[in-house]
Amino acid sequence: MDATSVVAAISGNIATVGYGLAAIGPAIGIGIVVGKTIESIARQPELAGRLQVLMWIGIAFTEALALIGIATYFIFVS
Amino acid sequence: MNLLVPAADGDGTFHGPTIDEFFPPVLFFEGTPFEINRIMLVRFVAVIVLLVLFWIGTRKMRVVPGRFQSLVEMGLDFVRVNLAFDLLGKKDGRRFLPLLTTIFFMVLFMNLTGVVPFLNVAGTSVVGTPMLLAAVAYVAFIYAGVKKHPAGFFRNALFPAGVPWPFYVLITPIEFFSTFVLRPVTLVLRLTFNMISGHLLLSLFFGATTFFFFTAPGFFKLLGVGTLAFGFVFTLFEVLVAALQAYIFAILTTVYIQLALAEEH
Repeated sequence: MDATSVVAAISGNIATVGYGLAAIGPAIGIGIVVGKTIESIARQPELAGRLQVLMWIGIAFTEALALIGIATYFIFVS
Repeated sequence: MNLLVPAADGDGTFHGPTIDEFFPPVLFFEGTPFEINRIMLVRFVAVIVLLVLFWIGTRKMRVVPGRFQSLVEMGLDFVRVNLAFDLLGKKDGRRFLPLLTTIFFMVLFMNLTGVVPFLNVAGTSVVGTPMLLAAVAYVAFIYAGVKKHPAGFFRNALFPAGVPWPFYVLITPIEFFSTFVLRPVTLVLRLTFNMISGHLLLSLFFGATTFFFFTAPGFFKLLGVGTLAFGFVFTLFEVLVAALQAYIFAILTTVYIQLALAEEH
């Protein structure tokens, strides 16, 4: 058997690892969003309330990508 | 049927929870379009509890509120001040306040059923309720925009000002997709899949706990203590997620309305 042939076969659906892959980007994104919010609150503590609202909105948008990752599993697994 | 541990097993191997848990057998009215299953019953319970709580809380209103009335007022005030008035301003905030209050409390109560013992599944964990609420939010922000700028709403949304006109070829499809397709779709997906994954996590932990305690051999029984502890911690986490998702659903609806109402540039 030469080096270019398949030496191991993986059975099952690649979609099962999809969520793990899909979580990488949003994880970094949410980290940045929250980290920047903390930085901003440290600079301007009196704006904490408004910044937190913006932070939750930002998290909601970022997090949606990871959740689409969960959804695609159920779409492609069948 | 063991409601607490859907993943319990009899043959000595562990079966994790599957997506089939969200499609339980029909209980009433089988064969008609009004089939009632466990999740529908949970939704009814959530709505009844919500109605009863608000009825009791606002039945005998006093200027100096009692303990329960002030709790209800605190909840209503949160939506009123933190969502509607802060983001939309007094005038528009008052117009959309009933809608936002309804969305917030409906999502909150249907989410919280996910951690209530013997209900054990969130009413929003099947796509129907989130889809309905997202449709309402979608209609609301388009209505708000068209009412405020009858001619300009779709022009503003699809052809943002200050862009050289050749770029509209690129920008208009993207804007259309993100505003009129992705917004409602992500509202639905965010809520549904937060609740689905929360329920799967909890039933995985508690299913594993029963498996370790009752069927696993020898020292493996000790692992059950760990899964039980994690199950408890994640139950608390799910309470947080339930409140947070209700807040996020309501605040995104508010933000979409706010963007639609914004002055033309």
